[in-house]
Formats: sequence, C-alpha cells, structure tokens
Amino acid sequence: MRIEGKGLIDRAHPVRFRFDGVSYGGFEGDTVASALLANGVRLMGRSFKYHRPRGVLTAGSEEPNALMEIGTGAARTPNVRATMQEIYEGLEARSQNRVGPLHRDLLSINDLFPGVLGAGFYYKTFMWPRAFWEKLYEPVIRRAAGLGALSGQPDPGRYEKAFAHCDLLVIGAGPTGLMAALTAARAGADVILADENARLGGRLLSETEEIGGKPSALWVADMLDLLRDTGNVRIMTRTTITGAYDGGTYGALERVGQHRPETPDLPLECFWRIHAGQAVLAAGALERPLAFPMNDRPGIMLAGAVRTYLNRYGVAPGRNITLFACNDDAHRTALDLIEAGIRVTAVIDSRADATAQGDYRLLAGAQVIHSKGRRALREITVRHKGRQDTILTDCLAMSGGWNPSVHLTCHMNARPIWNDRIKGFVPAPGAVPGLTAAGACAGIYATHACLTAGVDAAKTALKALGKSAPGVAVPAASDQTGAVQALWYVDGKGRAWLDFANDVTTKDIRLAARENFRSVEHMKRYTTQGMAPDQGKNSNMAALALLADATGRGIAETGTTTYRPPYVPVSISAMAAGAGGKGFAPERFTTSHAATVARGAPMIEAGLWYRPGYFPARGETTWRQSCDREVAMVRDAVGICDVSTLGKIDIQGPDAAAFLDFVYTNMFSTLKPGRVRYGLMLREDGHVMDDGTTARLSDTHFVMTTTTAAAGQVMTHLDFVHQALRPDLDVRFISVTEHWAQFAIAGPRSRDLLNSLLDSPIDGESWPFMACGPVSVHGVAGRLFRISFSGEHAYEIAVPARYGDALFRDLVARAETLGGGPYGMEALNVLRIEKGFITHAEIHGRVTAFDIGMERMISPGKDCIGKTASMRAGLTGPEREQLVGLKPVGAVKQLTSGAHLFEPDADPVRVNDLGYVTSVCFSPTFGTYLGLGFLKNGRARHGDTVKHVDHLRGLETLCEICDPVFFDPEGARVRG
Amino acid sequence: MRITCPLCGDRDSREFSIRGHETYLDRPAPDAGEAAWDNYLHLRDNPAGETAELWYHGAGCAAWLRVRRNTLTHEVLKVDLVRDLTGGDHAD
Repeated sequence: MRIEGKGLIDRAHPVRFRFDGVSYGGFEGDTVASALLANGVRLMGRSFKYHRPRGVLTAGSEEPNALMEIGTGAARTPNVRATMQEIYEGLEARSQNRVGPLHRDLLSINDLFPGVLGAGFYYKTFMWPRAFWEKLYEPVIRRAAGLGALSGQPDPGRYEKAFAHCDLLVIGAGPTGLMAALTAARAGADVILADENARLGGRLLSETEEIGGKPSALWVADMLDLLRDTGNVRIMTRTTITGAYDGGTYGALERVGQHRPETPDLPLECFWRIHAGQAVLAAGALERPLAFPMNDRPGIMLAGAVRTYLNRYGVAPGRNITLFACNDDAHRTALDLIEAGIRVTAVIDSRADATAQGDYRLLAGAQVIHSKGRRALREITVRHKGRQDTILTDCLAMSGGWNPSVHLTCHMNARPIWNDRIKGFVPAPGAVPGLTAAGACAGIYATHACLTAGVDAAKTALKALGKSAPGVAVPAASDQTGAVQALWYVDGKGRAWLDFANDVTTKDIRLAARENFRSVEHMKRYTTQGMAPDQGKNSNMAALALLADATGRGIAETGTTTYRPPYVPVSISAMAAGAGGKGFAPERFTTSHAATVARGAPMIEAGLWYRPGYFPARGETTWRQSCDREVAMVRDAVGICDVSTLGKIDIQGPDAAAFLDFVYTNMFSTLKPGRVRYGLMLREDGHVMDDGTTARLSDTHFVMTTTTAAAGQVMTHLDFVHQALRPDLDVRFISVTEHWAQFAIAGPRSRDLLNSLLDSPIDGESWPFMACGPVSVHGVAGRLFRISFSGEHAYEIAVPARYGDALFRDLVARAETLGGGPYGMEALNVLRIEKGFITHAEIHGRVTAFDIGMERMISPGKDCIGKTASMRAGLTGPEREQLVGLKPVGAVKQLTSGAHLFEPDADPVRVNDLGYVTSVCFSPTFGTYLGLGFLKNGRARHGDTVKHVDHLRGLETLCEICDPVFFDPEGARVRG
Repeated sequence: MRITCPLCGDRDSREFSIRGHETYLDRPAPDAGEAAWDNYLHLRDNPAGETAELWYHGAGCAAWLRVRRNTLTHEVLKVDLVRDLTGGDHAD
C-alpha cells in the first residue's frame, strides 16, 4: 500500500515491470521488493528445502527470501535480491525454487514431513545401497535442490573489471561514512566513497530523525553537495565492497547496467580492485530476526525494513501492523507508522520493564509464540502474563537488536570480539592493517556518536597518510542508543526458523549439538546454517547463541564461524570479466599470417602463436597429401617456412661470450664472429631446459634463439643468472623476438633462390654451413644464417618485422618458380623427425643431456648452470631411458606418440615398461612410419626389436631400435 | 598482495612471479659436494612467519627482487634489488 507524501521515490516517473508474468506499476527509485509490497504482493518466493511460501524479510543486500530471476533467455540472472534490484521499464522478474505456480508449488509437499528432512538428512538417508546413489538419489536430489537456475547458455551480458587507487576508501555512506569522507576530502586526500545502495545516506534514508535541524534525507543531500564541492571525492554508488585483501587492496562489485533497460554501451557489472592507502569501514549494522515458532510467513519482516519501506519508499507493508522486539530502537517503527496513519495493532516487547514511547498498545514481557496464515500472515499468538492471546495482523515487524557489520574486518584472519553491552560482536582493533572501523559497524549506534566517529576515523587515517586534519563541525543529532535484551529464540510449538534461505530451524541446531557437532564450524556444515546466499547475515548470531545454550557455553566462548569474501554474492562473469575468449588466450600473429591464411592454410596454436599446419594445393583432400608433398618439395627443391616465433635474444657486452659459456653447456667464447653454434641449456638441477642456435655477429654481440615454447622461461632464466649469480659479467640482453621476421629457406635450391633475391650473391665458400652475417635484401639490411632444421642445405633470413609480409610473399613466389613453395608445421615436424632433431616433445623437462645423447656437449673445461647436478648419480647410465629411433618391422606399420615400449614377448604391463614414444610421423622419404622415443639403455640396443604398445588405441607394433638420425646421418646434404 | 619494486614502485603482485627462497642466491661451488648441492637445489623450510623470497618483476622492469615478508600476515617487510645484494651494477 503506497502512502501519499512519503518516500524518496520519484512519483513523476512511473515505471511498469512484470513479476511472474503479471504487470505491476512502481516509481523510479523503487526496488522490485518495494514496488511489489506497494502492490500488495507479499508472496515472493519459496524456501529452499521445504518450499514454504516466503515474503521479503529485509530491505537490503542481506535478503534471504526474495531471491528472483531477472531477465529472460540466456541473459537471465538467478538469485538476484529483490530488495536491491531497482525497477526499470520492462523489467522481467520471476520467482524461483518452485514447481508449478508460485502460490501452489508442488514441492511444498516437503513441508509436510519436516521430521524427515532435518539436519543431516542426506548424510543419514542416502548411504545405501551404494549403486542407488548415482542412478537414483543424486539425480532426484539435484533436480529438487539448488536456488535458481542458470540458462545453460553462455552469458551474453557484458562485464568489466577495473582498477582504482585512492588515499582513503570509505566503505558505506551512512552518517559515519559521509562525515569521514568530508573530513578526509577537506584535508586534500583523494577519497573514494563507496556504498552499495543507489543513493547515499545509509540508514538515514530510512529514519525520520533530524541532523543539524534538518530532516536527515535533506542533510544527506547537502552533504552530497559539500562532497562534490571538494573536487576530490569519487562517489561510487551501487558499489559493494566485497572483500579486504593484502596490502590495502579491496574488491568491489559495481552494478553498472543492471538497474536500467538494456543499454548497449554499458556493462551489467564491473568488478573493481581498489587500492587504498587507508580505509574507513562504515558499513553499519544489520538487524537480526527473532526465532519464534512459525516466524517465516510472508508479512513477517524486520522492524528496520518496515521503516525503510515506509520512510524511503512510501510503502506500508500491511494495514494492521504489529511489532515484536526486545529493544528500544524497534519502538521507532511504531511511532513512524502511527505518524504515517498506519494502524499499529500492538507492540510486543519481551522486556518486562519496557515502556511505551508513544500512543500504542504495549505488551511488556510478552512474546510471540505462533503465527498463522497459509500464503501470508493472518494472525499471531502472543504469550503475555501467563495468557495466550490471538492478534489479527497482516504484518509483523520484528527486531532482535542489531549486529555490527564486522565482515570485512575478518577477511584477513581476525576474529571479532563479543560486546555484552550491545549483545553483538564488534571488530578487533587492527584487524585489517590500514582499516578503521567506525560507527554502527563498531557497535556505536547513536547518530551523533556515529557522526563524531566518522570524523575521528578520518583523522586516524589522515595521520597515517601524513596529512593534517581540518576542523569539521559535527552537527546536532540524536544521541539515543536505547537498551537491548538478549533474546535469540522463543520456544513453543512449531518450527522456529533461523536461516530462512536454507530452511534451518532451532531444532536443527539442537540436533547438531546433541549429535556432538559442538564446534560452530561443524554445526554450520552439518545443518547448512549460514551457507545460503546471505551467508548467515540474518541467522549466525541466533544460531551461535542457541548452540552456546545447547552446549552449556557462552557466546564469546562458542565463537563465530569464519567470515570470508565476498560480502555479497559476486557473479563469476564479473570476476572473470575480460578473461574469456581472446582475453583468456590472446593471439600472436606472425608477419606472414595474412598471406598464409589467404592460401587456405589451417592455423594451429603454438602457445599463443598461430602457425600454419600445411598449405593445401589444388586437388589435395587430406592433410597427409599436403604434408607429404611439402616434405618432398623441401628434399627435392626448396621450401619456405616462417620461423619468427622462435625466441630471439640480443646479447651484447664485453662479457657476452663468458655469459653464454655459463648458461650453455658448450663453449661460445671459442665461436668466431660470423659463425653460428648449436647450444644446449640445462636447468640447475641437471635436466635439459632448452636448446637452439646462437650466432656471433661480432666479438661482443650475439643473437640467441630459443624454442618457441621456452622463450619466456629462458629470458627469465638469463635475467636470474645475470642478476643473481654472475653480476660480475658486463653484459646486457633484451628480447627481440617480435622485432625480426625470420624465414627458413630449405632445400637443394635454397641458394639459387637466395641469389635471385639478395643484392650481392653468396657462394658455398663464403657461406659455409653455420655461417652468419649481414645481407642486403632489396636494399633492406637483414641477417642471414646458414642453419638447418630439416637436414637440407638451408638458410634462415631475418629482416625487420615491418618487411616480413613483403619478404614472405616474395620468397614464396620465387620458391614456386623453382618447384618449391611454403611448408607448414606438419612438414617441418616430419623433416626434423627424419633427421632426429629434438623438440620439447623430447626435452620435456625430465630428460638429461645424457638421455638425448648430448652429454659430450657439457664442456669439461668450465662451470655452467646444471653441470654439477647433471653428474649426479642416477642422471646418467644404462638404467636411464635414452633417445632412440624406431622403425616398424612387423605386419603392423603404424606408430603413435605416447605409446609405451616393451620386450616383444613381455606382457605389456607397467612393471615391464621400458620406455615411451615421444614423436612419430609418416616419412614420405622412407615410405614408412618413423618414431623417436626413450628406451631403457636404448643406445646399446640398436638393431634389437621392441614392442610398441598403444593401450588406448589397442595398437601393437614391432619396431627396430635404431639411431635417431634416420636421414643423411653423415650430414652431406646440409653442407652441400 | 602488493610489492614495492625499488625501480617501479608499489605494484600489484600479479606483475611478479615467485621463484622460491633466497637460498637460490647462494650457489655452491662446483666442488662443494653433494650435500651442499642437495640443500641448494631441493631442501626448503616452510616457515610460518618471516621469510625471504626471490620474485621476478616480469611484467615490469625484469628485475629480480628479494622480498622479505611474513607468511602469516602477508605483510611485505622489505624489498631489495637482487643485484644490489650481489654487487651488480645499474648501468642501464
């Protein structure tokens, strides 16, 4: 029921929205909950386990009952709190956790058997027979369980993440936060003021009190102007601080577009990481419900929430409202309602000495012990002076006192401290470094005291920031705190709910205690109390108190469960913003990418790089046809391949050679300028890290190449070796991988091709195998390396990356006139297997130089990284699995990588395992499959037969063990 | 967690990668014997409290850092450039 003249809603802007398909009207500034209440809708959802009808309990982000699906189709979001969701034109909200219509949920049958579904029900019931679990119990339970449902489709909503930095973060914009922000801003601090509500003010928007002689809402508006005038306060509304992390970092969730119709340019949410020099926590307090029998009917809500609906939204949640409380503060509800012309049936106060603060019927020393009403509250039963009376009422406002919102202060392992005066937990001092809790979240409830606390907290923060505090006058305001009695639960006939969202009752807590789940953490997990979306914000205190009573301990001794981030539910989409698709795996393209794709080459991923698998020619229908042709092309004519993805590190300095001697196993100080050498790099633990060629361009200038996969690891390693181990060496290096486009020109016609291209021709005498040096390509200064990864007479030519595209197209065109063309990764792999060259398929991190037959590359005359460990017992010798070549010799001709090796007559089981296959290919050169692998004592067994077994594919192939170099073992072609 | 790089200032920990305990700075001589190398390569304490670790500012200045921090409170106590500790130069 809407009350004329009240509330902060914009009555000039009516809004229509739909709930469960029915159209309703509200105003701008309404939430779904306030608008539904204004329309007399009290039933907003069904409870999790018993599917009981539930209405709205709160008016904030702690709402356990009114959880809804917002939106339609793939974009729908489940479990949105109707108390936080602002309405907009065309909003679609749906109730959830029901089978059939909301008012006649078929699963409410569960409610008839509460004894069956008590705490530990699943643990006790579905134990046996074992086979039933997977086929029967779990599917049925899963269908019935779960709050809300995802669409099952990718979320089309946009989300963002962002970073912010400030001197002072003020969390919460109630009286405390506003004063703290103004004080700090006037001192010149860079302030962020964050509040999860759509407007600033906190509780002041919900109360009728005065500050500085003005209605509190007006005072808030004036404060907003003052804050804006300072020019250094960033106001973030609809932003919930979700967690406190190390080093003054705070997580925050901002609702950017969720409160408005689809806006193409806006994300739904933004997840912020705010780094603050200091923080003031002014998060306020949350009112607690009272656990009396049948306290969960629609129409029963918190007293503070009733004031919020009345004063902020101009809505009366009932026509005959009753109050049930154990504290003075709640009496304001009755006064506000009477002032607004709403009938207050009675105020039921559990304290015998309670006094009426206005003209209403007070039942002191009384308790509500029952309620009735099928889909909404109709009547309550009150126990008063030994009598039981029935009161007809459609709304019961209840208050068990307030809990300071200490959550963020506990995110870094601190525990809150019990305060007997306010009957609640307050933050431990210094709980989060750099954060000061102030106001209601620190247990200070009177408005004037909160305003003062805000100023003081800002001063503390300013001192830590090294700034002097200005004088800020604290306006006049109420100094009433009021008394509170510890009333947690009311015994009587019927279930008394603690955790509304998870359907946990007082009986469940007692059962847990009786079954010896006495630790609060055990009780929580056994009963699921506090594990719903509200994370126990409404139920933790009462559950604790009940457990304390049931186990004969005090509340302080019983302690709280651990508070963990996030403070409110955060969608994974928001936290993962920007990290899906290309944000998860960015794409790196070579300069030849466009020309390669234009030729129809399928691209394969190599780390983040994209490289061509093969270049299909006309008439080819399978990759093998293309691959075989490309291999033959390189062996017979000339092929072009982009090798720019290999890591390139430019190394310069007087001690560059000495540095390379230390990171490579072999010598580079003896390498002559104008020559290239293959190098092997170990980890300090004696295993192979990487390999590649390094060219010496001058006495003090080298260019190292790494494998594509290990480029980053090698760079990090070189930085470590230089800075940590060999700072004595005068050397500098930098990655130039993306500065140079580099292409392999491989095959017997490679020199012919080059000589048609280079400004000055080359010959075999001046450019022998492993020569390098500067060349001029159409006037562009490039580098030429005579190196080969194919076993053919081959070169790699490098030009600055901006010429890469042009050079690749030119090279391919020239190769085609010589009977050649481009080749891809498949052919490159065949060529290198035929030649016995290793890649990271072989040097996979568990092999030593000995294993790959390169132990003689560890120079005896010098120390190097990994040398000492490589000589350790167990890293060399016949018990090691050593690199071998494999050729099929039996009837079965196929090899697969990943297969294991056994003696021909051995049972192919683990204990008989002799090794494994790392790389295989079909070799068009030899007309057979070839494999590389590791075999125990393999080098001594060339000529023997071994059984290759692929258990996954059911393949057994007899192989001859041979030298890994199948093709041109003398190296005549590479020198040709 | 945030780390104050002596060159780049106060930065988010995601710019850094960790290698392990500062022991890695004390590389034994090649002939130091198996026990010394075993200790250098493999044996690590898991302290609850203060420790000193090596971090790499890979998304920043590529400096290796020694970070003294408390594993219980996550407080970063002191950050040094490794090359200051090893006597390296700064002629960058």
